[in-house]
Amino acid sequence: MFGDDAVPVDDAVESVDAFRLRARAWLAANMAPYHAGIDHRFVDGRLDDERALQRRLFDGGFAGICFPAEYGGLGLSAEHQLAFTQESMGYDMPFAMNVPTLGILAATLVDYGTHEQKLRHLPAILKGEELWVQFLSEPSGGSDLAGCLTRADRDGDVFVMNGSKIWSSAAYASDYAMCLARTNWDVPKHRGLTMFIVKIHQPGIQVEQIRQVDGSMEFCQEFFDDVAIPAADVVGEIDDGWTVATALLVHERNAVAGGSPYTSGRSSGHEIRSEDDSLTDMVRATGQVGDAHARQLVAEAHVRQRVGTALIGRITQGVSAGKMLPPAGSVMKLFSATNVMRRYEIGLELAGVTAAAWPAGAQGVGRRLGELTLTRQGLSLGGGSNEIQRNIISERLLGMPREFAADREVPYRDVPRGGSAGRS
Amino acid sequence: MELELSEEQAFFHETTRKFLIAECPLTAVRALESDPAGFTPEYWRRGAELGWTHLLVPEADGGGSFSEHGLLDLVLVAEEMGRLVSPGPLVPVSVVASALAEAGTADQRAAVLPALVAGETVAAWCGTDPVDAVAQGDGFVLTGVAAPVEAGAQAQHLLVAVRTVDDGDGLTQLLVPADTPGLTVTPMGGLDLVRRFAEVRFDGAIVPASAVLGEVGGAASAVERQLQIAVVLQCAEMVGTADRVFELTLEYLGDRYSFGRPLSSYQALKHRIADDKMWLEACHAAATAAAVAVATRADNAGELVSVAKVWIGPHATELIQDCVQLHGGIGVTWEHDLHLYLRRATVDRVTYGTPEEHAERIATLLLGAA
Repeated sequence: MFGDDAVPVDDAVESVDAFRLRARAWLAANMAPYHAGIDHRFVDGRLDDERALQRRLFDGGFAGICFPAEYGGLGLSAEHQLAFTQESMGYDMPFAMNVPTLGILAATLVDYGTHEQKLRHLPAILKGEELWVQFLSEPSGGSDLAGCLTRADRDGDVFVMNGSKIWSSAAYASDYAMCLARTNWDVPKHRGLTMFIVKIHQPGIQVEQIRQVDGSMEFCQEFFDDVAIPAADVVGEIDDGWTVATALLVHERNAVAGGSPYTSGRSSGHEIRSEDDSLTDMVRATGQVGDAHARQLVAEAHVRQRVGTALIGRITQGVSAGKMLPPAGSVMKLFSATNVMRRYEIGLELAGVTAAAWPAGAQGVGRRLGELTLTRQGLSLGGGSNEIQRNIISERLLGMPREFAADREVPYRDVPRGGSAGRS
Repeated sequence: MELELSEEQAFFHETTRKFLIAECPLTAVRALESDPAGFTPEYWRRGAELGWTHLLVPEADGGGSFSEHGLLDLVLVAEEMGRLVSPGPLVPVSVVASALAEAGTADQRAAVLPALVAGETVAAWCGTDPVDAVAQGDGFVLTGVAAPVEAGAQAQHLLVAVRTVDDGDGLTQLLVPADTPGLTVTPMGGLDLVRRFAEVRFDGAIVPASAVLGEVGGAASAVERQLQIAVVLQCAEMVGTADRVFELTLEYLGDRYSFGRPLSSYQALKHRIADDKMWLEACHAAATAAAVAVATRADNAGELVSVAKVWIGPHATELIQDCVQLHGGIGVTWEHDLHLYLRRATVDRVTYGTPEEHAERIATLLLGAA
C-alpha cells in the first residue's frame, strides 16, 4: 500500500491515548452499563441483543479494531484494542461475538481467506450479521482432530459433503462454520484435509443440540447429507486444510486464554474479582471468616488465579519474542484447565452442604458452586484435552519421543478404525 | 528473572554464572559442609566485586545497578545461586544493605555500607517478629530471642525489629553490632549443607539511640519491604533449583533405558514431566511478577510476593521430589546431587514466612482479619 518514500507518518494514526478518550466518551453516550444480572451465555434472545450491540459498535466506528480497514475493521494496533477493552469493562457488550466468531474464525479468515471471502464475510461479521462456529471434532474421535472422517468429494464446481461434526458451540443460532473435511483418502491423514466455509442453515444439514450435565443446550452435533459446497468456499489450498486448522487452533488458544487482539471487551479469564467474590461471599455467608482452613482455601484460589495471569503474560511474551516455541501455549492451556478443576473443588469444599440442597427456586452461591463442579472437566476436555496438552508439551516443547501412531505415513483409507467410527 | 534482559543485565548474568560454575561447583559446595560459615571470605569478596552486594545501594554509597531497578539484577544472582546451590549470605546482606540505603543516617551508612558492599563484612536480619524493648535514657534495653537468623553467627551487624512496651504498636528497627554486651549468637544446625542459621538472644542488651534505623515507632513499612525483598530473592532461588533439577531429570530420562526403550518414551513419565514443566513455568512467572512489583514498588507488591511464595514454595519442592522419584534409587543417595537442591528449596520454602503464613496474608486482604 505504501511505497518506500510514502511511509505513513505517526500522526496519520490516532494515538492510543486519543483513541481511548474518544472511546470513553462514545461508550458513555451509546452503551448501557453492565450488570451482574446479564446472562451472557448463548440463550434465546440474548444473541439477537448481542448482534444489535455489535452493530452499534460498528456504526460507532469501534468494531474490529485490529481487523484490516479494507474489510470493515479499523486497522489499528493491539494497544488500541487493549485500551478499548479496558474502557468497555463497565458496559454491556457483545460478549458472545468474541469467541469463537471474532477471536478464532474471523481471525483465521484474515490469515487464509481469499480477497473475495474476506470481502463477503468480514464486514458482515463486524456488523453482527454473521455468527461463526468451528466444525472440527467428530463423534468418532475428539482428540485425533486430523483423523477426520467427514468427506467432501469433488464434483465439478462443488464438493459434496457427508459426515458429522460435534461439540460446536451454538451452531443452531449461528450462520457460518469453518469445517474440516477429508478430500483425499490416498495420502496420510494430515495431507488429505481441506477447510471449507459452510453455511449452516441449508438443506442437507441437520443441527441437533446436546443437553449438557448442567442443563445447558449450547453444544451441537451436525449431520451432513450430500451438502453441496462451492469450490470457491475452500479456505487455503485443497488438501492443505491442516495448515489452516493449525492456525485456527493457535487463534483458539490465544482467544480462550484472553490474549487475542481480535476480541473486544470482557472475556473469560478477566473476571478475577467476581470469581474471588463468589468464594468470599460463600465464606461470609457460612460464617467461616474465622476458619483457618477456609481462609487457606480462599487464598489458594486467589493465588492460582494470579499465577495463571502471570503465566499467560510470560508465555504470550515468550512466544511472540521467539524465546519460546509456539507449543508453549499448551502450558497455559493445561494450567488454566487444571486451575479450574482445583478452583471448583475449592468452591465445593467451601460451600459444603449448601451445594447439595437449597430453598426451591433460589439462585444462591451454594447452588452455583455445586453446579460448577458438574462441569469441572469442561476446560480439561474442550480445545484439546489435558492429555493431548501433555503430549504436546512433552513431545513438541521438550523433545521427548513421540507416541507410537499406526496412522503415520499410511494412506488414510488403510488406517484401522474402531467400531464406533462414523455414523454408518 | 525477566524474559527480556538488557545487554548490561545479560552480561552481568553471564559473568555471575561463569564465576559460580568455575569457582563454586557442587564439589566445592559439598566441601564446605563442615565449614562453620558455609562460605569462604574470598568467595564472598569476589562475588561482591562482581556486583552482588551493590545492586540495592545507590552509587553515592558505593553501590550501583545494571538496570533501573537493582532488584531485577539481583534476582539474576539469586536464580543462578539456586541452579548451583551456591553458598553466601545473599538474602540477609541484601536486606540490610537496602534498609540502610533507604533509612540510614549519613553516619550509619558511612560506618557500615562500605565494608558490607565490598564483601568484607556480613550483616544479618532478625526477621519480621519484633523482640521486646524498654526505653532507657536515649536508648533501649532489649530482651528476647530471634531464630533462625540467616548468617547470624557470621554477621558483624544485626538488624532487629523491636516493639517498645510503652510506645504502643509501632515497630522500631535497630542496627546492633554483634559484639554488644547482653547479645548472644549461637550457631544452629540446619537442613542445607552450607546455609547457616543462628539463634540470636538479647538478654538485657543496651542499645543506644544512634542505632535506630529510621523513625522510632515508624518502621512497619520498612520491615514489610525487607520481607518482600527477602521473599523475592528466595523465590528466585527456588526457581533456579527447580529449573536445574528439571533439566537434569529430562536429560536423565533420555539417557536411561529400561525394557529396551528410553525412560523418556513412556507416556506415564512424559505426562509427569509435562506437569512438572507447567509448574516450573508458573514458578518462573510468579517469581518474575513478584520481583517486578517489588522493584517498581507497585501497590500490590505485598500481595504478589505472597502469591509467589504460596505457589513456588510447595511446587518447587514437589517438583524436585517428583524428579527424585523419576531418578529412582540413585536419587535418594548422598552421592547424587539431587538432595542438595531439595535441601535448599525446602529451606527456602519454610523461611521468611511459610506458604501457609503467606496464604493467611492473602486471606486477610480478601476477607479481613480472622
